[in-house]
Amino acid sequence: MAKANLDRKDMPRQSPEARAKNFEEVALGYTPDLTAFEASRCLNCPKKYCIGGCPVGIDIPAFIMALRENDLPRAARVLKEKNALPGVCGRVCPQETQCEAVCLLAKQKAPIAIGRLERYVADWERDHPSSEKTVIAPPSGKKVAVVGSGPAGLTCAAEMARLGHKVTMFEALHVAGGVLMYGIPEFRLPKDIVQGEVEYVRSLGVELELNAVVGKIDNVDELLSQGYDAVFLGTGAGLPLFLRVPGENLSGVYSANEFLTRVNLMKAYRFPEFDTPVKIGKKVAVIGGGNVAMDAARCALRLGADEVSIVYRRSEVELPARREEVENAKEEGIKFRFLTNPTKFLGDAKHQLLGMECIEMELGEPDASGRHRPIPKPDSAFTMDCDVAVVALGTTPNPLIAQTTSGLHVSHHGTVVASEATGRTNKAGVWAGGDVVTGSATVISAMGAAKRAAADMDRYLRGVEQTPA
Amino acid sequence: MYRILERQDLTPNIHLFKIDAPRVAAKARAGQFVILRQGENGERIPLTLADWNKDEGSVTVVFMEVGLTTKKLALLQAGDALTDFAGPLGLPTHIENYGTVVCVAGGFAVATIMPIARALKEAGNRVITIMGARSQSLLFWEKEVGRYSDELIVITDDGSNGRKGLVTEPLRDILAKEGNGVTRVIAIGPTVMMKFSSKTSEPFKVKTIVSLNPIMVDGTGMCGCCRVSVGGVTRFACVDGPDFDGHEVDWDELMARQRTYLEQEASSLAQWQCQRGACAQEAR
Ligand SMILES: Cc1cc2nc3c(=O)[nH]c(=O)nc-3n(C[C@H](O)[C@H](O)[C@H](O)COP(=O)(O)OP(=O)(O)OC[C@H]3O[C@@H](n4cnc5c(N)ncnc54)[C@H](O)[C@@H]3O)c2cc1C
Ligand SMILES: Cc1cc2nc3c(=O)[nH]c(=O)nc-3n(C[C@H](O)[C@H](O)[C@H](O)COP(=O)(O)OP(=O)(O)OC[C@H]3O[C@@H](n4cnc5c(N)ncnc54)[C@H](O)[C@@H]3O)c2cc1C
Ligand code: FES
Repeated sequence: MAKANLDRKDMPRQSPEARAKNFEEVALGYTPDLTAFEASRCLNCPKKYCIGGCPVGIDIPAFIMALRENDLPRAARVLKEKNALPGVCGRVCPQETQCEAVCLLAKQKAPIAIGRLERYVADWERDHPSSEKTVIAPPSGKKVAVVGSGPAGLTCAAEMARLGHKVTMFEALHVAGGVLMYGIPEFRLPKDIVQGEVEYVRSLGVELELNAVVGKIDNVDELLSQGYDAVFLGTGAGLPLFLRVPGENLSGVYSANEFLTRVNLMKAYRFPEFDTPVKIGKKVAVIGGGNVAMDAARCALRLGADEVSIVYRRSEVELPARREEVENAKEEGIKFRFLTNPTKFLGDAKHQLLGMECIEMELGEPDASGRHRPIPKPDSAFTMDCDVAVVALGTTPNPLIAQTTSGLHVSHHGTVVASEATGRTNKAGVWAGGDVVTGSATVISAMGAAKRAAADMDRYLRGVEQTPA
Repeated sequence: MYRILERQDLTPNIHLFKIDAPRVAAKARAGQFVILRQGENGERIPLTLADWNKDEGSVTVVFMEVGLTTKKLALLQAGDALTDFAGPLGLPTHIENYGTVVCVAGGFAVATIMPIARALKEAGNRVITIMGARSQSLLFWEKEVGRYSDELIVITDDGSNGRKGLVTEPLRDILAKEGNGVTRVIAIGPTVMMKFSSKTSEPFKVKTIVSLNPIMVDGTGMCGCCRVSVGGVTRFACVDGPDFDGHEVDWDELMARQRTYLEQEASSLAQWQCQRGACAQEAR
């Protein structure tokens, strides 16, 4: 084997000064030269660890080899075989903990930039729509309802359509895509890319019904009794959690979901060209430390806030956000206040937010999650000025489906109970996958779960109850 | 496509649309609402269902022109279509035979109260309806509401129709006269009116249900924009409501949250009117 080339290439990005003032994509993508170089580094190992690291099992070496031969149509085909949303995954997947983590070169800290190569191929395909149609199995005569059009719903719908089933996808909002549309900002994931991939799924024959809140219109039981042979629940984890401290309902205190929905889905960053407003703070505090908090903080900055701080109760090492996004945020000028926890929101006589009362924390013994438990420091209270606060503490599933589906087994966290291997719930004819089962997780894990569910739904619909050996 | 089948102007700035929306009509119940959006750049706004017809697959909304979206809506005619229309959202108003119920409606809310009064009547209640508006020209549906009311009291701020004053006055009179005979008050209208109706009934200890109208975005429980404090607990009006016990609502907080975007709303309305030529004339 030739000596491994450890010279992993960075991806060009907008400068921090420029990007802090616009909503255009931060990462600009590899050039053809960078792509060729990066692809040339792949060792094409006999034992393909990277495939095992991908929740949807993309044949990664095969698409990289196609790239190496400059056969982009083939590279695109290999990707699409396993992944209906490569343009999304190439941008937002945490590759560093998945495929790239198990790349042999990762031991030398220079894994192949699989995500960036995936993105390159997906973007190439978008600019060069192929005449080649995805092969669709002959009609099975079975009807499938997919509830929710996030990554889980889109993936399940695409798979079931390819397998020859008639699929209708129901979406509560006025556009499809779930968190990809309302949560993740334009500067990390352009909405055109998401809609392009939604269109691809529709091109497979999937019918999309927008503005359709299942449980308020027909519920799952009614769908089953009205001729759908199987139902997939991909309704995500959309219900925001709050701190439950005084003053949380002051004007100026947002949940991350509301703030991001206004900005991304309703395009408040282009107000008044778009009608939905958002409050533009001078001093913005974002509470939390995950990807959602980073996204909210970076949006607030781009809207024109003077100062944006992330307030997190643990220390920097425990930040759950992707490293790359923390670095991006820091470069852009987001401040971090670690070991700090708000205990009260303070307002003026007109109920407008003025600031937060906080306490300092210190780290104790590791808790059940293996992370150090934050403990309040005595007599450490102080106040922090802010006129907008965004609470980004995570989400749980919306209870609507659980409340309106008879006999569906739901955990005490509100998540739908489903087999990890097959997505089956306890209710006949009903499968589930993605954040509604796991709680907030990742795009690719939602897609992986949807694929496993689709495979099992197909077996069920064809009357093959047992997985063939 | 959510086509407008019929348009009526109930007052100069209160309009009725009957909309082709079979999926919503099939499930609609009194007290529920829809979220609609007009135009690709449009905002999502909630409107209560004033009526529906399952056979025809239509639903009716009545709205008052207040800001940009409702003014844009008012430009639409029968035959035009709305961009998006989702519902029925929220929990239906709880209906049973309470005995005697006083319905209090302010402004456009006469339309909102209609299906509730009808359901109450059908459940065997004695229904007393108080409808109020600033003046005669803003009143509509007296006959229609009258049909489901055993007693109808009309009141205007300026006395141009019915009694002169505010809806809280006849409400207080009825409660004082009938005492415990009234088992429930349902008050719907502008926030101040609901607040003071609740304050009026509080000393009489008559359960008072209000239909809250905080600002909303998704209307499905996803964003938390619509949160209100009721009895010291945070509730989401779009999924836990919109009906709540008026004696437990934190009214000042609700009104503060409703005012969050006042300045931005005024500026975008002004700019839009300007684009349509309204300010060019002023400048001349
Ligand atoms: C701000 C933010 C940033 C993130 N960043 C990343 C990242 O960088 N990388 C990553 O991998 N992951 C990221 N995630 C997580 C990732 O987006 C989710 O794990 C993923 O979207 C889950 O997919 P899903 O299909 O299960 O659910 P969702 O994407 O939540 O989609 C569910 C859909 O179902 C619809 N729905 C719900 N109820 C109903 C109903 N009753 N009827 C009809 N429709 C319904 C919803 O409207 C929604 O469209 C982020 C999440 C957020 C919020
Ligand atoms: C569940 C629910 C049901 C409703 N039903 C009806 C109805 O049947 N008919 C009707 O005419 N209106 C109804 N409303 C109010 C309606 O949604 C608002 O009038 C509308 O959103 C205003 O939008 P706009 O863009 O025209 O005005 P904006 O420019 O958004 O606002 C103009 C003014 O109206 C105030 N305002 C904004 N949103 C609301 C709100 N949600 N409620 C009260 N005031 C508001 C603002 O503070 C501002 O002063 C309902 C509201 C809710 C929450
Ligand atoms: S409007 Fe978003 S949660 Fe109620």
